[in-house]
Amino acid sequence: MIEANDLTKRFGGLTAVDSVSFSVGAGEVFGFLGPNGAGKTTTVRMLSCLISKTSGDAKIGGYDIGDESNHLKIRKLIGLVPDNVGLYDELSAYENLDFYGKLYDCAPAKRKENIERFLTMLGLWEKRDAAAGTFSKGMKQKLAIARALVHEPELLFMDEPTANLDPESAKTVRDFILELKKEKKTIFLNTHNLDEAQRICDRIGILNTKLVATGTPQELERALSGGGGARQTVVLLQEPPTDAMLAALGPLSSSVKQEGNRLTIDLKDPERENSLVVDALVKAGGHIQSVTIASASLEDVYLKLVREGGGG
Amino acid sequence: MRLSKSRVIAAKDFKTYRKKRNVIYSLAVIPFLVAILITAVILYAGRRSTSRLAPAELTLLLPAFLFFYVILAAYLATPIASYTIVGEKVEKSLEPLLATPTTDGEILLGKGLAAFLPPLAALWAGSALFMVLMDLATRSKLGYYFFPNWDSALVILLLLPVALLMSVEANVVVSSRVTDVRAGQQLGSLTVIPLAALYGAGELNLIDLGDTTNLLAIVAALAVVDVVLFFLARATFRREEILTKWR
Repeated sequence: MIEANDLTKRFGGLTAVDSVSFSVGAGEVFGFLGPNGAGKTTTVRMLSCLISKTSGDAKIGGYDIGDESNHLKIRKLIGLVPDNVGLYDELSAYENLDFYGKLYDCAPAKRKENIERFLTMLGLWEKRDAAAGTFSKGMKQKLAIARALVHEPELLFMDEPTANLDPESAKTVRDFILELKKEKKTIFLNTHNLDEAQRICDRIGILNTKLVATGTPQELERALSGGGGARQTVVLLQEPPTDAMLAALGPLSSSVKQEGNRLTIDLKDPERENSLVVDALVKAGGHIQSVTIASASLEDVYLKLVREGGGG
Repeated sequence: MRLSKSRVIAAKDFKTYRKKRNVIYSLAVIPFLVAILITAVILYAGRRSTSRLAPAELTLLLPAFLFFYVILAAYLATPIASYTIVGEKVEKSLEPLLATPTTDGEILLGKGLAAFLPPLAALWAGSALFMVLMDLATRSKLGYYFFPNWDSALVILLLLPVALLMSVEANVVVSSRVTDVRAGQQLGSLTVIPLAALYGAGELNLIDLGDTTNLLAIVAALAVVDVVLFFLARATFRREEILTKWR
């Protein structure tokens, strides 16, 4: 659905997006994770044909975004939830959606059906005649999502849809995105919320002007944990370890950190080496309560990659 | 360019303006107030012994007063037209609109129609009231009903719309270049200057605004300006600049 190759955007001397390449398949939820100013919104705007690219190329549904004659076709394929909801406050929720449905050439019967369907799904149907200006932030965000869906786009761009929402509203929005995921909608989600990205996205791209990593949340975690670096096993004993127990660990003892009953050991391959550690400790008289492999979280991956990637 | 898209945008803007009090008041009050005030001036002047208006003076004054509606066209268009682009930008509604499958020309035409038709209706209604009141006020002195006549029809049906269109388009151009509504209104209100200058030139006898040929020439000149301004509006409407440089 999306193919981007070396996509770059410069504003004067400032490079906002630097040679970004990625692809998003149909039915996939792809998350763009990055700090403020990383180029997430600029990328979405380029892909939505709202701003031009400086170099590189990208295709949406097979249409090249660099070819202006494709812009209307691309815009018809996509729905956009911008970072600012941008509703018409004087118009009712229904009128807002009806206006956009008409601009997207949605047939009257289908438009009516979709407006009712999405407003109902988002819990706004009872408020359909109320002016959008009277809505809470969460309700406005939900209405903006309904607006982006009213013409049943093949691809939905969402630019930080839960930013600035209270936890309850954010959860409602996230749950709705998960509903859309079940319906196999292709979604491109910009976020700086790690938990949100991990829970919703099939794959994640970590952007910091450059795309520093792409993969499933699990792949990214594994990349940091197992990518040549050491991982850690945490052994909880029933009593503080004795010198004999530490000595029994042999060459591993140099990487052991002790804190009360807890031993944290750096291991290259904990799945294989844990049994050796347990054997050694038990033979030295240790009583083990638990053994856990401490793996890197997406947060660790994100922070490491963003710091290494620099920029901003 | 698809007119259906422009109609949808214009209809949305109509709905939005209907809920803006300053727009409603300026459209519903000013053209009628001008008609009433000018009538009051004519009646007052006519009753003062020191400044009785002769019929010959009246026939010069009435077309001049009618020309006020052409000047008013620039004034009335400003609050709506200057809001068109910059207002949406300020309210953050421009990005989703620009993301729809509509062209710059369709958006500008829709916004232009929405800013053109309500003032036109208000000005036509106001000028109709003006002519009726003037006829009632001057019938006894002139011995006939001065309005309507060919020149007044030319002013109201041709000159007023092309002047209004010029003001709307100039305001749309300004609106897509400035970054706040007030700046848009202040710059947009400058469109009153060429029309006021035209009126001034008429009063100074530099041009005879009662002459049909002259009026037709002014209409033709303003129509050319309207066409140029439409293309200028399209050329100066830069989506990327609007989205990335405005704060």
